Formats: sequence, C-alpha cells, structure tokens
Amino acid sequence: MTWCEYPGAWIGLEVLQNYGCRMASGLGLTLQLVAISFGLGIVIGLGLAVLRLRGPKPVRMILQGYITFFRGTPLLVQLFLIYYGLGSFRLFWQDVGLWWFIRDPLYCCLLAFTINTAAYQAEIFRGALQSLPHGQAEAARALGMRPFAIFLRVEMPQAMIVALRPLGNELIVMIKASALASLVTLFDLMGATRLAFARSFDLSIYLVAALIYLALVEIIRRVWDGLETRLTRHLALR
Amino acid sequence: MQYYLDLLSFGPEGWGDELLAGALVTISIALATLPFGLALGLAIAVAKRSRSWTLRTFATLYTTIFRGVPELLTLYIIYFGVQVLVQRVWSGLGLPGNLDMSPFLAGMVALGVVLAAFSAEVWLGALNAIQKGQREAASALGLTKWQAFRLVVFPQLMRVALPGLGNNWMVLLKETSLVSVITLQDTMFIATRANVATKEPFLFFSAAAAIYLFFSVLSSWGFGRLETHANRGYARHGASR
Repeated sequence: MTWCEYPGAWIGLEVLQNYGCRMASGLGLTLQLVAISFGLGIVIGLGLAVLRLRGPKPVRMILQGYITFFRGTPLLVQLFLIYYGLGSFRLFWQDVGLWWFIRDPLYCCLLAFTINTAAYQAEIFRGALQSLPHGQAEAARALGMRPFAIFLRVEMPQAMIVALRPLGNELIVMIKASALASLVTLFDLMGATRLAFARSFDLSIYLVAALIYLALVEIIRRVWDGLETRLTRHLALR
Repeated sequence: MQYYLDLLSFGPEGWGDELLAGALVTISIALATLPFGLALGLAIAVAKRSRSWTLRTFATLYTTIFRGVPELLTLYIIYFGVQVLVQRVWSGLGLPGNLDMSPFLAGMVALGVVLAAFSAEVWLGALNAIQKGQREAASALGLTKWQAFRLVVFPQLMRVALPGLGNNWMVLLKETSLVSVITLQDTMFIATRANVATKEPFLFFSAAAAIYLFFSVLSSWGFGRLETHANRGYARHGASR
C-alpha cells in the first residue's frame, strides 16, 4: 500500500482508498495550474495595469477591450475558445510551429487561466495605483526622483498593500475556477474525482473533494491574513 | 464568409435560432436564481448578526462552505446527490417510478446557494453600514422590529448593497455557463452541440462569448443606472444623473 491509499483505508472509505493516488496527483496538478497561472498573471496584470493607466491612447483602448472581454465572458467559454477554437486551425499552428502548444490541453488551460486572471489582476492593480493620492508622486518628483524610481519606491509599495486583499480573493477564485480544467480532459483534483465517481458511483468522493478544496481555500485565507498583518505592521495602531 | 453567415442564420440550416434560444435559457436561469439567492443571502446575513450562537455558527459555516467549494463541484453534488436523496425518499414512501431532478432546478439550486453565500457578505456589510440609531429611532416611533426593517432599514440597505450585488449578478451570469455540463440547453450547451455538428468551434464559441459579453455589458450599464437612481437623494445639486 502506498502512502496515498492510507487516508482512504484509515477512514474506511473504499473509493478514496482505490482512487487516493489519482486524487493526490490531481491535487498536485490543481496546485500547479493555479500557481503557474496566478504567478504569470501577477506579472502580466501589473504590466497591463501600468499600460492601461499611462500608455498611449490606442494601447489604453485595446487594453480596455481586452479587460472587458475577459471579465465579461465566462472562463469556460474562454477555455473552449482556446482549446477547441484555436485548436481547429491545425495547419496554421503547424506552419508557425506552435502546434505542440495548442494541441496540449494542459498548455491551453494554462493559457486560458493566465490571460483570464491577468485581466482581473490588471483591474486590481489599476484600482490600487489609482487609490494613491496625487501628492505622493508629486512630493517624490519635488525631491528629484526619476519617474521609474517614483514608481518603484513610492507608488508600488503602497499600491501592493492596497492590492493585497483583492489579490487573495482572486487566488481563491482561481483555485475554484481551476476545476474547469476537468472539462478539457485534464485530471486535476476535479477530474480525478469525476473519474472516481464515474467508475464507482460513490457520491461520497465528491464530498471528499469538496473538503479538500475547502481546506485549500481556508489555508490560503489564513496565510493571506497573516501576510497582511505582517506587511501592514507599520500601519497598525499600537 | 457566406458559409459562416449561413451557419449563424435563423432557420433549419443555421444555428442562429438555437443560439438565441440558448441565450434565453441563460438569462432565464440567471433571473430565476437571483431572487432565491438574494433572499437566502439576506436571511444568512441576518442570521450572522443574530444573538443566537447556533444561528451564527450555522451562517458562518454556510458561507465558509459555499464560498470555498468550486461551483462546478457544488453543481455535481446537488445534481447527483440530491437526486439520489430524493429518489430514496420517494421509494421509501413506497411510491412508484423514478423521480428525475430537472437540470434547470438543479442548476438553479446550486447557483442559488452559492449566490446566497456571496451575497450574504454584501448584505452583512450593508447591514453594518446602517447606524444603530436608525433602528432605535424606529423603535422610539413605535414601529415593530419587522416594520423597522421593512420601512427604515431595507430601503437604505439596497442603496449601500447595490454595487456589491451588481458584482454578484455579473458572477452569477457567467457561472450559468456551468449548467451546460448537466445538460441544460443554455448558450454554452448549444455552442458545444453546434461545434460537434459543424466542426466550427471557433465560430460558435465566439458567438457564445458575444452573447455573454452582450449580457455583461448590458448589466453593467443597467446597474450604473440603478445606482444613480438609488443615490439620487445623495447627489450633489446640479450633479444628478
């Protein structure tokens, strides 16, 4: 018996014992999907937010369109549009040598999740940057700081604190949204659960999955609370 | 080009009418879920502020669970789980035949309980924003608790809660796409079926995206109007509308 069969054996749930290993690797895939897309989303989202606020007008308008589209349509549609939609132009992708990427449901999932969360995070960062009083940048300029230094040393540290809470919420949304990966044949936690149910017809496996997701979300919430207390300790009232 | 237009046209050849029917199902399930989810959410929010420990714990547990579990999973659990449960009760009563839970009802219940959990937080924030003095004044005027809620608290509640509820609605609208996996024939389901029949996934999923985008943009415009309307008493002179 391997380690991943123990939880099922321990609580006496046969289906969890039989599919424990698949669930464990599914959980691993879920965590990977979320970590990669959320991490890339932060970088892209931050870039988009700055361009959205300070870029040239055409760029700002294009970004507005991008953000409206990805926030205004379901992630499921975006995922299918990428996996099935882009996947249908096989000859084109083979010509440009990207077929290996579009063919793979994992990469499609990562792409869909990343550009989706980037749009949401761009709005979060934009709101955070806009929430800073003008006086901050003006004072920094009066001190002779260069624009990039002002952004990096004055605006960013303050904006990140404002963005922290909504970013935590976005991470939780991503964990939950990652369950959609199971609909494009991936065996993430949800995919493994669906497989286990389809073979065993034991509904309790869904409840086990719900508990795992719940634990994930709860852990993130706790960690984020701790992070926030730690990062804002200089603002705390004594 | 003509080929694609034909595919999207109305009539037996094109998928235009089917997609429109799917869009109607999407908007109907969202509209059907809204009152149920919002009312349940308000009840949960009131329970969170209750003096009774049991009610408070129940409400907290409820929001923690339904905010933490993926909507897709909630949908499966309700669709398969409740069906099994209802069937068991049905057979247990000695009644004949099979009882099928309609996908529409299952979708509505699943989306509704999730909406309730999220809107409860919005309601709670709004309830907290209304000062205690309001209720005290109402009770000094001789209004009962229920009258005070209905006549004094609730009208103010809507104004404060509107932006949050607007967000809840937008999320709900997009989440309805999940009901296609339990075979409810919404926009997403029709697009998937059209893709299977015609092998034009890009066209049909784009059409689905356009439909959702249309509803989203329309809603955000509508909520903007509603907010201006709700805030008209607070608008600065000459700056109204």
